[in-house]
Amino acid sequence: MSGSPETGTLDPQVNTTGELRSVRTSVRHDSAAKHVSGAALYVDDVGEPAGTLQIAIGASPAAKGPIVGLDLDAVRTAPGVVAVVTAADIPGHNEISPVGAGDDPLLADTKVLFHGQPVFIVAAETREAARRAALLATIRIGEAEPLLTVEAAEAADSLISPDFNIVRGDPGKALETAANRMSGNFPIGGQEHFYLEGQAALAIPQEDGDMFVLTSTQHPSEVQKVVAEVLGLPINAVVSEVRRMGGGFGGKESQACQWAGLAALAARVTGRPCKLRLDRDDDMVMTGKRHDMLARWQVGYDDDGMLEAADITFLAKCGFSTDLSNSVIDRTAFHTDNAYFVPHIAARTKRMRTNTVSNTAFRGFGGPQGMLAIEHVMDQVAHRLRIDPFDLRMRNLYGPDRDVTPYGMTVFDNIAPEVMEKTEALSGYRARRREIAEHNAENPFLRKGLAITPVKFGISFTATHLNQAGALVHVYTDGSVHLNHGGTEMGQGLFTKVAQVVADEFGIDLDKVKITATTTAKVPNTSPTAASSGTDLNAMAARIAAARIRERLTDFAAETYDSVAADIRFRDNQVFVGNRAVGFADLVRQAYMARISLSSTGFYRTPKIHWDREKGQGRPFFYFAYGASCSEVTIDTLTGELRVDRVDIVHDVGKSLNPAIDIGQIEGGFVQGMGWLTTEELVWDAGGRLRTHAPSTYKIPTSSDVPAEFNVHLHDGINREEAIYGSKAVGEPPLMLAISVHSAIFDAIAGLAPPVVAIPLDAPATPEAILRAVTAVREARP
Amino acid sequence: MPKVSMTVNGQAVSADVEARTLLVDFIREQLRLTGTHVGCDTSQCGACVVHVDGRALKSCTTLAAQCEGASVTTIEGLAKGDDLHPMQEAFRENHGLQCGFCTPGMIMSAVDMVKRHGGKLDEQTIRHELEGNLCRCTGYHNIVKAIAAGSEAMTSSGRVAAE
Repeated sequence: MSGSPETGTLDPQVNTTGELRSVRTSVRHDSAAKHVSGAALYVDDVGEPAGTLQIAIGASPAAKGPIVGLDLDAVRTAPGVVAVVTAADIPGHNEISPVGAGDDPLLADTKVLFHGQPVFIVAAETREAARRAALLATIRIGEAEPLLTVEAAEAADSLISPDFNIVRGDPGKALETAANRMSGNFPIGGQEHFYLEGQAALAIPQEDGDMFVLTSTQHPSEVQKVVAEVLGLPINAVVSEVRRMGGGFGGKESQACQWAGLAALAARVTGRPCKLRLDRDDDMVMTGKRHDMLARWQVGYDDDGMLEAADITFLAKCGFSTDLSNSVIDRTAFHTDNAYFVPHIAARTKRMRTNTVSNTAFRGFGGPQGMLAIEHVMDQVAHRLRIDPFDLRMRNLYGPDRDVTPYGMTVFDNIAPEVMEKTEALSGYRARRREIAEHNAENPFLRKGLAITPVKFGISFTATHLNQAGALVHVYTDGSVHLNHGGTEMGQGLFTKVAQVVADEFGIDLDKVKITATTTAKVPNTSPTAASSGTDLNAMAARIAAARIRERLTDFAAETYDSVAADIRFRDNQVFVGNRAVGFADLVRQAYMARISLSSTGFYRTPKIHWDREKGQGRPFFYFAYGASCSEVTIDTLTGELRVDRVDIVHDVGKSLNPAIDIGQIEGGFVQGMGWLTTEELVWDAGGRLRTHAPSTYKIPTSSDVPAEFNVHLHDGINREEAIYGSKAVGEPPLMLAISVHSAIFDAIAGLAPPVVAIPLDAPATPEAILRAVTAVREARP
Repeated sequence: MPKVSMTVNGQAVSADVEARTLLVDFIREQLRLTGTHVGCDTSQCGACVVHVDGRALKSCTTLAAQCEGASVTTIEGLAKGDDLHPMQEAFRENHGLQCGFCTPGMIMSAVDMVKRHGGKLDEQTIRHELEGNLCRCTGYHNIVKAIAAGSEAMTSSGRVAAE
């Protein structure tokens, strides 16, 4: 099986010792001991060099209009202020778009495009002084009518880029000929990342005008590039480094660049180190979120609930700039099928430019909206036909002879039916369905609902070039190992997993491997740690680097001890040459004396993937990750209040590299998704101001929102593709398991309505939305 | 500028601070104890929880001057030398952390919770008590498990009475 061009002689599934010691064990997070003792350093915790200045942002007071007056005199003369910096002070380009779109200024120059857009910055001796001074500015914005909703943007034909559709067959005709059809509008809310560590960057000027930036980012190479662009430097004059983030979730991919760029700009202007840590309210106002969308859907189906045609148009609120929206919304289209075969299907996407903050990556990257829409359609059809929604879903899954996606990729690894059936069995779905019917028959006010929904999530960046990674491994003469790669740690346990892989490559204990901060100076041109691909890419690159050194050591040992490579094994901190055992550190020392290189880079690119966006055809994903969840909820039909009573999950991580970390990702992803679909609501007012800009008004889940009974099972199976040791990516897919909560709420409300009445349940299903839906179906009763 | 004096992690400290200086800034910037984090700036997320005279308190909305003469314990003061406090050990052992940013505040709240309930903590109480501490990795499941385990360890080691 080994020998692909991507992995050389390495077998991605098998270790040379024939056994794995670190991999597959529930090793604790590498920083756990530091986290519990307060010793783990985030950007704001690192000791500042003497003379460091603090930065505050001066923000636009309006959502749209020309800047007709900017009076900063009072800011400049405020106590403690060292510099006030505007777009005019930028030595390089005032442009930070991650895709080169040319619509993302570092600082607004002649016009503002959303409320809260940075217009200038203040660098002062203290953070307090900077923030107080920033408020003294007079910014006058000329009158203009902002576009604040996708409907308004549609009417004005305001787009960031042309529509993109994935279409198979003839959905229009199939809808006409279908036995039954339904249609509706489904609003889907956005989501604030609320990474607990806000955006932060510390820029320190170096000799030759170079810049060092300590940043909280999932994409150090992008930060490096942006800082270079802004300062007018070649990329090699900038180093960006990140040891860890206090959460990312997609919100520190492109969105970290502006704050690092501003810190670097201030450092350039003042010649002093400059730090920017956004206040939480500013962070929520000024950084992009998950795209809210409006899904307009039409579906045609037969009397058994088999979908014949689906045509869904997504109007996505992209905000004022392009940012990553095109890739995000492509993924909405990719996942509109979720796990279902629909013969005639259209996923149409419209990318609306609005005068709101620029929406961006968020765990799932557009996929959740696509999946939620088709699951909502499934719920509506099941209700209309009085078919158990689980049965309806099972019927429509991909299967033999119906296994090709609308974009032409064969679902070669389809385990959705198996995972769904397992979830049905483990949750006791059938028996509970009966119990819930009995409960609801006796309880007019507290109604229960139950639902099982699947997840099929494509793994790989759909921008094919990003599916590459580099690593750098050194072995020192005492046998200790230094590990570096392009992936970043945001709590997901990437560093731990990669270290496990490297330890097993050398057959040494995990504590001999030193995990080091991600820096553009060690591994260049890295991809963001995103698309769930962190481990797939970086663990393979690191394994390749370690294997190169191991192979050199093997050849050296064979020569030194008169043996052959095939008889040499690295395990238990020793190297076994036939019957002789040599300590790993001893062999390393001998190899050093014999002038053998003990350092190597490793490079990996995902094989087999290709994607032709023009044609809408290809194999954009290396493989799919699957899962299913069963949620039971109780709603109060008088108040709209919601309780999630029980959740059972079966999730596919292939053969897990670290079960404890994977289960943590599944639980956390589910609860975060539950927040998106139930309590987290973003509200903008008529002037385009975000009114939910703090945790007082924006409700993320707390510990008591977690279901009282919460069972997570790993689906035991190996990845059919050659991913690292047969594992599968786990970062994003579990978020979409939470769709079963939305469906269970739908189910609870559906029990109040005759089949002919559609259930108008929006997302998020806040108590208000639940109450609205309950009221609507009661009033609509014929 | 007024002078404040307090005991932090068993050591007497005093400094001149502005009257409006927040306890968290005093701890982080003057004392360079950076394990106490600022998450939301508005006393909702709980990343900044410390103990003042044995009680959990959000240091981002407490003035340093209010703590004149008080005994303050931060996350750095919980361990005894190299020996982690049983609650710290429980979080480490039970994978009660992901990105780790909320962890210090979670642990400080947990220790306080155990003491107030005399070590008798059921899961529902833990969940209810933890509403002032947010975790965005939403690893609450393991956090609750960790607190239950830590509570037991504190009780059996006699730490509840001792602290």
